[in-house]
Formats: sequence, structure tokens, C-alpha cells
Amino acid sequence: MMEYLDQFAAFLSVYPAKLPQWEGVLIRAIKTTLIVTAGSFAVALVIGVLLALARLSKNALLRGIARFYIEIARGVPALVILFLLYFGLPPLGIVMDAVPTAILGLGLSTGGYVAEIIRAGIEATHKGQREAGLTIGMSSWQINRYIILPQAARISLPSLMNTLITVLKDSSLASLITAPELMLRAKAISSTDFLPMHILLLVGAIYLCLAIPLSQLSRLLERRMFSKLGNRM
Amino acid sequence: MEQFGDLFTRSASHLEVLLQGAGVTVMITLGSFVMAVTIGLVLAVARTWKIRPLNALIAIYVEVFRGLPTLTLLFICYFGLTYVGIKLNPLPAAIIGLGLSGGAYCTEIFRSGISALHHGQREAAAAIGMTPMRAMRFVILPQALRITLPPLGNYAIGLIKDTAVASAVAAPEILFRARNLSTETFDTALIYLLVAVLYLVMTFPLARWVDHLEKKRKAWQ
Amino acid sequence: MNGNGQIHVNRCDFGVKMTENKELLRIEGLRKDFGTLQVLKDISLSVGQSKKVALIGPSGSGKTTLLRCINHLESPTGGHIYLDGDLIGEEKRGVRYVRSSAARLARQRLDMGFVFQNFYLWPHLTVQENVALCPWKVQGKSQKEAMDLAEAMLEKVHMAHKRKEYPERLSGGQQQRVGIARALAQQPKIILFDEPTSALDPELVGEVLGVIQELAAEGRSMVLVTHEIRFARDVADEVVFMDGGLVVEKGAPADVIDNPSNERTIRFLGQLRG
Ligand SMILES: Nc1ncnc2c1ncn2[C@@H]1O[C@H](COP(=O)(O)OP(=O)(O)OP(=O)(O)O)[C@@H](O)[C@H]1O
Ligand SMILES: [Mg+2]
Repeated sequence: MMEYLDQFAAFLSVYPAKLPQWEGVLIRAIKTTLIVTAGSFAVALVIGVLLALARLSKNALLRGIARFYIEIARGVPALVILFLLYFGLPPLGIVMDAVPTAILGLGLSTGGYVAEIIRAGIEATHKGQREAGLTIGMSSWQINRYIILPQAARISLPSLMNTLITVLKDSSLASLITAPELMLRAKAISSTDFLPMHILLLVGAIYLCLAIPLSQLSRLLERRMFSKLGNRM
Repeated sequence: MEQFGDLFTRSASHLEVLLQGAGVTVMITLGSFVMAVTIGLVLAVARTWKIRPLNALIAIYVEVFRGLPTLTLLFICYFGLTYVGIKLNPLPAAIIGLGLSGGAYCTEIFRSGISALHHGQREAAAAIGMTPMRAMRFVILPQALRITLPPLGNYAIGLIKDTAVASAVAAPEILFRARNLSTETFDTALIYLLVAVLYLVMTFPLARWVDHLEKKRKAWQ
Repeated sequence: MNGNGQIHVNRCDFGVKMTENKELLRIEGLRKDFGTLQVLKDISLSVGQSKKVALIGPSGSGKTTLLRCINHLESPTGGHIYLDGDLIGEEKRGVRYVRSSAARLARQRLDMGFVFQNFYLWPHLTVQENVALCPWKVQGKSQKEAMDLAEAMLEKVHMAHKRKEYPERLSGGQQQRVGIARALAQQPKIILFDEPTSALDPELVGEVLGVIQELAAEGRSMVLVTHEIRFARDVADEVVFMDGGLVVEKGAPADVIDNPSNERTIRFLGQLRG
């Protein structure tokens, strides 16, 4: 027992020496991680809303395109999409930096999920509400804008928060196309300092510090929504 | 015409290599799936015993392993564990890493499956003289399994996609072979498109099955 | 075709009395099929300015469908609707009728308020916002103007004190009164009510009927689908009895309700009286 404690203390004793060295790099890396996360989530939201509306539209072509997109996004790993964009496009003359590529690729890939979440939210609003919008002379665009989407957003909020957590985690994939975010720095540090476990646990803890508040918040929202629905029934 | 013929032969030769990788992808998927479901079932049932410290530990496990990126977990298994003298090969490292994070998901899936059942059911089972163990085995779990099939299917789809991350620890699965192939042939766009198609082919039947289950459940409600 | 008659009527339309006789809503040979099911077979009706028409009939006779066809929530299979001489939802091109643009139909719907059996208030908006949405976002009034108008309309239905609440906090009767205020806020030429009290607990029916009666007394034009026979007799200028997708009998309330001539009407009213 004592022996293990000693080992643990020895393990920890590395941090005070190394942290000042790592600090600057890691803080910049956290920023990049957050930029990739926020950027790709924003892209996914825009794509998701458009796809969800297309999926529910009267136009069969739009519906088909949306279904096709969602199907592909559901079946192809985000990492493959990143590689396709980052390594596959330059030979065709399209060159993008790693961070924009990561934002675009993760956004495209997550957009399909977001679309399904928003669609479920839209379908949860009663058809009568859309009709009530028609009777006061609204166009279908206005009905979506003022009646359907605000409610769909509220209903989908907990699931969207979970998606945000997934995007945060998936942003680590950007390291594999050399975007200078947390995992790339972790790997670089572990090969220069030969302290893989130390840096990986630290980076893991950073991810948790970012993810756990989000997941608590999502749970809170979910619970609040359930009790609200309970009132209504 | 010639170009298409060329495209066809190129695709065929790439596919030969990629398909070998697909075998490894399937192995990683199956291995980590079994591990994840086992962990999930055990922990979800253990939670129902309502032993405080145990539940706290389970909750911590779930939070931590759901919050960590898969890539971080794989790196910890592959590079990190060498610090404590454990040197895992890429394949076991991938299976253990994916299995551990999957275990956290499956615990949640089974937990909500079990809690979706009215506790009246448990009481009804007790009323006809079943022990809690038997009630779990014959009444609760069979129903919970049915409820959890769609989310489990979705998890499996996600898992197949997640195995692509194993390429980063040099497990010779599809994407790893694709990377090597593209540095050898520079046929990058075609290779990654083929990879995308391969993953689609693997996930498609599962996706259809899940959709089918969900439709059935909707009709049932 | 309709235009000529309209001009003629307008020309000798001097006094109040004549205005009252002016035709507001005309339904011409309306038919509606759902697949092979003929729900409306051939309905022609006319509602004059400031008139209240009560529509009664057994369940499934097509009352709701008729109301929904009037503002093209359902597009009719055949026949035409005119409001104030304006052909609704269609345009005449030579001898053919073509569906009009969504924008034009939306503008026309502004002239017809609709009150739903199940209210369909928007749960994410406050009571006042529910009522203000049309004047604000559709009619382009300023937010303040729209909110003031909404408050005035809520006043009319005695709901101004609840204007900051969300619909889910209101009773059914209160929700329906807000639904009526929402229809009033679009300043319609006519209001269509589809069984406004059917979804309510019995003790809440009175407050909603009271509001409708006050609106009727203001001289508003309305079509009211209802099972409240006594109310229909008190308020309506004309009662229309529908059955099986047809108008079976229509006339003054005293005639249709108290002295029905058609055997089906007699049976229906008999059942209602128990
Ligand atoms: N969207 C639809 N698709 C198919 N059939 C419909 C549809 N809407 C109504 N119907 C049918 O049309 C008939 C008339 O329905 P409608 O709702 O107009 O009757 P109603 O007179 O309003 O009855 P109630 O008094 O019960 O409200 C019914 O047989 C109904 O089943
Ligand atoms: Mg009806």
C-alpha cells in the first residue's frame, strides 16, 4: 500500500515542474479546441435547421436530398470526412488550413444529427399550431420563423447540448489533420517529454472540465422540460 | 471510357487492400461491443441495488468515460499505460479504449431501459412470489432489453464509425490502410471516397434495422 | 359574374338597412372529397354583412370541413368561395380557375378570423404576444402598436389581466377567449368559430359563449359551428342544418330549431334534447 502511495506521489511530483512549461501551449490549444467546437457546432446548426426544414417540405426533391445527406452523415465517420477534405481535396486544387477544414468537416458530419434532432422537435409541435398561423395570414416562412422553430429549439435543447458535448470530444479528431488543438499538443508533448501518461491525463481532465458542466446543464434542462410537459397534460 | 476503365481498376486494387482493413474494423467493433454491453449490463443492474458508494463510483465512471474523447482514451491505453509498464498492442488497446467508453454509454442505455419500466412491474412480480433476482431475470431485463434495442443499435452504428479513430494508434483497420495506401499511390480522393462507401455499407443494414424498430415502437405506442 | 351583382348592390346601398343586406361571404357549389369519401357534396350558402349564421348537424356531417374550406385550410375539390366579392384561394383565368399564390391567400386569410375547437394557442408566447403576433409580424405594425392593440382585444374578451401569462397556465375557457382575441386582432371581416366550447368543461362554456354574444351584439359577421342549440337560437340570424355533406334545412332559428320541417332535422334535435 505505502509503495503505491509513494509511486502516486512520484507521479504527481512531475506536474509542478512541468506545468509552467506546458501552460502557454495548452492554453492556446484550449482556445483552438473551443474555436473548432463552437465553429463546427454553428455550422452543424445551420445545416441541421435547413435539412430539417427540407426533410419536412412538400417538395419531394428537397426531401430526397435531405434524406440522402442525413443517411450519409449517419454512416460515415467524421474522421473519414476530415481526411477526405484535408488530404483528398488538395490534389483537386482546393487547399484549406487545418482549423477551417476541421470546422467544416465536423460541421458537415454533425449537421445530419442536428437535423434529426430538430426534425423531432418540429414534429412534436402540433399541426394545429401551424394552421393557427395560417389563419392569421402568416406565410410558411413566418410560421417556421415565429412559431415552429422557437418551440422546436426549446424541445431539442437537451439533445442539442449533448450534441455539443459530442462535438467537443470530436474536435480532438482535428489533431489527426494537424489542427493545433489539445490532442495535437498532448501528442507533441508526450513525444518530446516522454511523459505520455502525465500529459494525457491532464488533457483528459481538461476535456472533462469542459464537458461535465455541459452535461449537467443538459440534464437540468431535460428534467425541467419533463416537469413542464407534465403541467401541460 | 478509358478513364472510367482506369477508375474501375484503381478502385478494385484499392478495395483489395481496404477490405483487409474492414476485417480488422469488424474485429475491433465486435470486441469492444461485447465489452461495452457487458460493462453496461453489470453496472446498470448493480445500480438497482442502491448501494450508495457503489452508485457513486458508477456515476463517476459514466461521467468520466462519456466526457473523454475516444482519441484521448485510446492514447492513454496505447501510449499512457507504458508508464505503468503495460505495453498493449494497437488492436487490444483500441478494443479496451472503445469498450471502456462504450461501457459508460451502455450503462446509461440500460439504466433508462430499466427505469422506463413501471416499478409496479417489480411489485407485481413480487406479488406472485418471485425473488428480486428472478424478477430481474424474467420480468425486468427481457422488457428492458426490448426497450433498449434501438439505442443499442444506434450505439453500434456510432461504434463502427468510432473504430476509425483506432487508425491513430496504428491498428491496421480500414482508415489506417487508407492512409498508407494514399501515401503510396497519391490517389487520395478516390481512396477516401471508397473508405466512406465501405463504412456506409457496414452501417447501412444496422441503420435500417434501427429505423424499423423505431417505426414499430411508434406504431405500438 | 359576381362583380356585376356587387356593383349593382353597392349603387343603391345608401342607408344602414341596405348595408345589412349586403352579401359578405358566398359559398358556391362547394365539394370536398378525402380520397373516395365525399365529405361535402354540394354546399351553397350566403352570409350577409353583420349576419350570424349557426351551423349545426350531427358529428361527421362535414361542419368542420366546410369551415376549413372557407379559408382554404383544406382546398375544396370543387366550387368557389367569395368574401366581399373577392374569390378566395383562386384566380380566374379566362374560363379556368387557377390556385392563387400563397402570398395572396395569406392576405385573404387576414379577412377571416378562425377560432379552433382546441384553441391552438402558441405555448411559447405569452397571451399578449399570441394576440399581437398578427398585427406585429403579419400586418407590419410597430411592436408597441401591436401590443396595445392586443391589450385592447384582450380587454374585449375580459382577459387583459392575464396578458403576461403563458397559455398553459390558463383554463380552457380562458384559452379559448384568448383564441377569440387573437382572431379579433387581425381585424377580420368575418369570424369562423368551430365548436368553440366543445373542448371545455361544462362550467367554462358560459364565459366563452358570453364573449361571443357580446361580439355578435357589436354587429360582427360570423359563422358558428356549435352544438349549443339554445345559444344558436338566441344569437343566430340564420340556422343551417347539415347532414351527410349537404345542407338539409336552413332558415330563421325559430323555424329550423322550433319548427323543423325536415325529418332528419327533427331526429337530430330530438336526440340533442334527449
Ligand atoms: N383530413 C381528413 N382526411 C380524411 N377524412 C377526413 C379528414 N377530415 C375529416 N374527414 C372525414 O370527413 C367527415 C366529416 O368530418 P368533419 O370533421 O367535417 O365533421 P364535423 O361535422 O365537424 O363533425 P364533429 O361534429 O364531430 O366535429 C368525417 O367522416 C371525417 O372522418
Ligand atoms: Mg367538427
